[in-house]
Order: sequence, then C-alpha cells, then structure tokens
Amino acid sequence: MNAVLDFPYLKPVLITLVIILVFPLVVGYIVLAERKVLADYQVRLGPMRVGPYGFLQPLADAVKLLIKEDIIPTASDRWIFWLAPVLSTVTGLTAFAVLPLSEWIYIADVNIGLLFILALSSVGILGLILGGWASNSHYSLLGALRSAAQMVSYEVAMGFALVSGLMVAGTLSMQGMVAAQQRLQIWFAFSNYGLMMIPFAVYAISAVAETNRAPFDLPEAESELVAGFHTEYSGFRWSLYMLAEYANMFVVSSIAVTLFLGGWLRPFPSVAWLAWLNFVVPAALFFLIGAGCAVGVKRYSDHRVFGGIMIVLTGAMFAAGASFLLPPVNARIIGLFWFLLKVAVILYCYIWYRGTFPRFRYDQLMRIGWRYMIPIAMGALIVNGFVMLWGQGGERVQ
Amino acid sequence: MPAATFLDTSELVLNMGPQHPSTHGVLRVVLKLDGEKVTGCECVIGYLHRGVEKIAENRTYVQFAPYVDRMDYVAAVSNGLGYCLAVEKLQGVEAPPRAQAVRVILTELNRISSHLLWLGTHALDIGAITPVFYCFREREEALKIFEKYCGARLTTHAFRIGGLQYETYDTLEKDCLAFCEMFPKKVDEYEELLTGNRIWIGRTRGVGILNAEDCKEFGVTGPLLRAAGVEWDLRKQQPYSGYEKYQFEIPTGANGDTFDRYVVRIQEMRQSTRIIRQAVESLPTGPIMAKVPKVLKPPVGECYVSIEAPKGELGYFIVSDNSTQPYRVRVRPPSFVNLQALDRMCRGSLVADVVAIIGTIDIVLGEVDR
Repeated sequence: MNAVLDFPYLKPVLITLVIILVFPLVVGYIVLAERKVLADYQVRLGPMRVGPYGFLQPLADAVKLLIKEDIIPTASDRWIFWLAPVLSTVTGLTAFAVLPLSEWIYIADVNIGLLFILALSSVGILGLILGGWASNSHYSLLGALRSAAQMVSYEVAMGFALVSGLMVAGTLSMQGMVAAQQRLQIWFAFSNYGLMMIPFAVYAISAVAETNRAPFDLPEAESELVAGFHTEYSGFRWSLYMLAEYANMFVVSSIAVTLFLGGWLRPFPSVAWLAWLNFVVPAALFFLIGAGCAVGVKRYSDHRVFGGIMIVLTGAMFAAGASFLLPPVNARIIGLFWFLLKVAVILYCYIWYRGTFPRFRYDQLMRIGWRYMIPIAMGALIVNGFVMLWGQGGERVQ
Repeated sequence: MPAATFLDTSELVLNMGPQHPSTHGVLRVVLKLDGEKVTGCECVIGYLHRGVEKIAENRTYVQFAPYVDRMDYVAAVSNGLGYCLAVEKLQGVEAPPRAQAVRVILTELNRISSHLLWLGTHALDIGAITPVFYCFREREEALKIFEKYCGARLTTHAFRIGGLQYETYDTLEKDCLAFCEMFPKKVDEYEELLTGNRIWIGRTRGVGILNAEDCKEFGVTGPLLRAAGVEWDLRKQQPYSGYEKYQFEIPTGANGDTFDRYVVRIQEMRQSTRIIRQAVESLPTGPIMAKVPKVLKPPVGECYVSIEAPKGELGYFIVSDNSTQPYRVRVRPPSFVNLQALDRMCRGSLVADVVAIIGTIDIVLGEVDR
C-alpha cells in the first residue's frame, strides 16, 4: 500500500484522470451557465425543461450529441477530418497539465510552464485550419483562413503582454509566478505603479481573440459563414470542437489569473488581518447559493424527482459552505476555491462580451491587432522594463 | 503571359443561401470573392414564388384581399391598406374619417413592428445577439393590439374595401397611448446598445453606400432613399388616408450608408409614435364603412395607388374589366425593387458586409417573390 502511495506519479495521474473525466461535465455546465446568463440579458429564461431550472440540460445535450449520426462528407479528406477535432481537444486539455489549480493541486510544475501552454495553443490552431481545409467546403475554408490569420496575429500581441508579466515574475513556471506574487505581496496586474494594467488589458483582449469568442468570433461567425470552420461537423466531432473551445477559454483565463491576478492567493495575500476572507467569502457564497436552491425546493415541492434534486443540491451547497468554515479542510481547498472563483469571474466577462458587442469585421480585427494591440503591448513592455530597472516593483531577473 | 502555373489564382464563388442564417428567408446570393473581398454578386430569387398576382385574376376583389397580407407578412397591415385604397379608387368610394384614422393608427403600429423586426435581425446579422430580444418584446405589444383588434397578429387582414370590418375594441385608445408612452424609452435603450457603440459604427459607417443618384437609377425608395438625403415620403408628398392632418417629420440621412439607414429607421419609429398619438387623440366618431355594393364590379379602367410601406413605395396597379374579378393586378413591392441595388452596394466590400447590406435593405422574401 505504501509503495503505491509513495509512487511519485500518483498525484499527477490521479489529477489527470479527474480532469479528463470531470472537465467535459464542467464544460457542459459552463455552457449551461452561458445560456442562463445570456438568457438573463435577453429577458428570457434559458433552458428550463430538463431537470429543475434546466440543471440537467448538459447531460441531455451530451446524450444527444453522442447518439447523433456520425457524418463525414464524401468530398472531405477523411483522415484529416477525423484528426482535426482530436488535435484541438488534445492540445486544449494538455495545457491543463501545468495549470496551478492550487498550492498542491497541479499535475506538473515545469520551469517552462507558460511557454508550454503557448506552444500548445499554437498547435491547437492547426486543428481549426485542418478541420476547415478537410471539410472541403467554402464556408469552412473561409473560416479556417480567418482563424489562422486571427490567431497568429493575436498570439503576437498576447506574447508581448505575457513577456511583461514574465519580467515582473522572473520565472516561466506557473507555480513560480504565484509564489512570486506571494513574495512581492502584490497581484502583478497592479504592480509597477499600476503600469502592469496595460499588458493585462492587452492580454485580456487578445485572449478573447485567441479563443475565437465574441466579439472576435469571426472564424465561426454564424451570420456570415454559417458555422465557419466547423460547418460540416456534427455530433460528437462537433462537441469535441466545443470542448476544445471551452478548454481554451479556461486555460487562457487561468493564465490571466495565474500571472496577473494572484493565482490561488486570496485578495490582499499579504494583509494578515484579512485572513478571515478565506472563511467568510466561500462560506457566504455557498450559503447564498444554498439559499437560492432552497427557493427551488419550494418551487418543485410537488415534483418528486426535481424536488429531490433540489434538496440534495441545497444540502450539498450548505455542506460545502460549512466545510470551508473548518480550518483544516479550509486550508486544503481554499486555494482551489480562489483560483476557480477568479476564473469564473473572467469566464463571466466572456459571456458578458458575447451578450453585448456586435462582431468585428475581418479587416477591423486585423487593424486592431497589428496597429493597436501589438504596439501597445511592446510599449508597455519597454516602459515596464525601465520602471523595473530603476528598482521599483518586481524583482530583477538575475 | 505564361501558361497556367501553380501560382495562378482564381475567384472563389461562394453560394450563400437559399438556406443560410442571414439571408432573411430563401434569398440566394452568389458571391464572387477575391479572398474576403466581394468582386460581384448576383441574387437568385423565386424560391417563395406563389403567383399571387395570377391568383388575383381568379378571385373576386374581396376574396383577394387576404392574399396581399402574405406578401410582406411583416407589414401585412400596410399591404392591406394599399390594396384597399387601390380598389376604393377604382370603385370611386372613400373610407369615412373614423376608418381612415384607425387605418393610420394600425398602419403606423405596423411600421413600428416591421422596423423592430428589421432592427433585431439586422443587429443579429452584425453579431449583436441581444437587441433582437428587446425588439421582439416591444413588437409583441404592437402585435397584441392587432390581436385584440382583429384576432390575428401577423397576417391581420385588418381593413376592408371601403373602411373597416370591425369597430375598434373598447380600450384601443388606452392601449395605443400606453404603447406611445412606453415605446420611445425602449428606443432609447436600443440606441444605448448600438448607436454609440464603436464596433457598431465601425461595422455600419461607410458600408453599402448608395447615393441619391444610384437610388433614383434603381428606383430604390423608402428608408434607403431617405438615408441618401432625399426627402421623399409618400405620406407627405402624396398624402393618403388623412396623413396630411398629422404633424411629423421625415428623417433623412446624408451619406446613404448603413449607419444612416439605421438612424433613419430609428427616427421613423419615433415619428410613427408621434403619429399614433395624434391619431388616437383626435379619433373621430362616425361610421366605419362607406357605402360599398355587396358585389364589387368596379367600372372599366385602371389605377395605380402607392403608399409608403415600411420598406418603401408599395404600389398596386389594378385593371378592371367591370367584372367581379380584376383583369390584372400588378404589385410594385419595395423589397423587390430595393434588392436590385445589392450588387452595387456590395462590390468592393467584404463578406461580412454583404450580410450587413442584406440586412439594411430590409427585404421580406414573401414580397420579393410574391
């Protein structure tokens, strides 16, 4: 038994398994949250049929996608058509390997963590290009061309923005970045007298473009290109693309959180007397959600199954809230809580953009990328470099 | 020139439609593309052709009236008004004042509901997915008034030759005034979302320019013509149904681009609200039907009557041979005529603009194909 527990790869393997098994479900619920939030903007209710308040909708969607007919267009390039969504998904999920979900929940802490993620996202573009090309359809082809141009352009801006962050952190290791923020007692988005806000803003915008989300969702602009590069995809292959898209969203949000927003650290990590935040915030949050679920219990009181689900949910929420009040438990999971909370806030912003903005046009997108984002990111890099050189903020790379 | 090499490029022909999310029905557009740039486009229409004009020759005047609602089904009331006015002119009768005022109220409500549908779908085409729900929310209020008045929401068949079939219901005035009270604030909301939005301006300013000369060449009318700076509105130029009694302005633009057309239509909705308010407040009492024979046999002759429908000049040309059925009915649908300008507006723009331009022309395929 001890031999098993001492196996150095035990934890990474376990976490990998959990992520691969749980993340598709998480994506389902992110999609549900997106639909619900959008519905809220748009004066409607969103999914309400499957399960109480539509809570089981993701399961129904998953079943529907899995049992759909698997269609490969006759004129397509079969093998590449098969390979492309797999490529996207694999790169999207592999990036999770270096994400520091908390102080101790991570798969690997390599000293090129960020570089690894950037490399994977570059490979991930191939999935879109190949998928668009192999479909042998004009809409797919245009979508693929757009995505290639867009992602390559915005990767440059994103890279420069990240380099500013790296300078301040002095490391490429994802855990190292969080550790640096703990040591310097500041979230890097606010360091260098607030100058780091510029690269953070550039990164936040480029990340939206990098993940092909509105208002930069040209590759799949549904009103122009029907569905862009995945026009010909359906069923499970299509859901792989969706999985990859949401995985990428999660990953780029995680990078923003890790490098700029303190990773798994609580707000004001250095102010000791604010330690109560660690207990009050999660407990309050879960109790609030629990109270919301309790309302649902009443609503579904005449429905045995749905009412039961709501009772279980309410109980689970209150139990989760209570568990955060126990110091030993709290110490183990509070990092994960802060990390996921921050990621959730960024993901909410993604949905917010989608509900609010019209879509850019191709030439406008390119102009913003090359004429504004890249020069601004480069300028911010230089300015931040000088500020650090004069000895304030950040730590000098030795 | 050497023979073909592998570096030779060719144009990409992209077939948009008839099944496409943003061709507003079964319009098929064949685009010639150089990369993302449009070098030419051609409309293929007729997928919704029902031979409405031919049907008219085999129906009596009264029987044909419901058919016109199915042409521009988004603005069925306007279609009905145009047809009724044309037949009334042939027959030599005029609707009584109360009927005329009710016609104006319903037609203007219909203009608002038509413009709301346009605004929502146009914004959706450009990628703003939220306004469409707000627009439909207010459109619902207008449709509720139709429903209370005549029982139908879309293909209303609200008018009859010679006046109205139904007396107004008890709270029509109250409902309309409540709508006029509520609606301008909602228009402010749409403007808040779009008018000042930099992405929206970027996507619409300078896109699909059609200047006054081009408009006249193609016979383009309605908001497209007014956005090009021509103050031409049949409600003012050739008043019908008592429009001369109401105070309202004709909004015009300057550049004739998509943004101007957007502003013009938004302003038109505000003006329509003004007209409804005036018409409701001065609603005369009296009969709702003129004296019309039971069997309509207009004297031999022909007439052309046109009205300002939400999409432009809607004309009916009817030839009568003194029988119960029209000898020939010809419709001048604004969507069909305006759609001709698509190629002129699209040339040199990008694929994304084509979608915006189709949206800004505001076509209804039921009317284009008939």
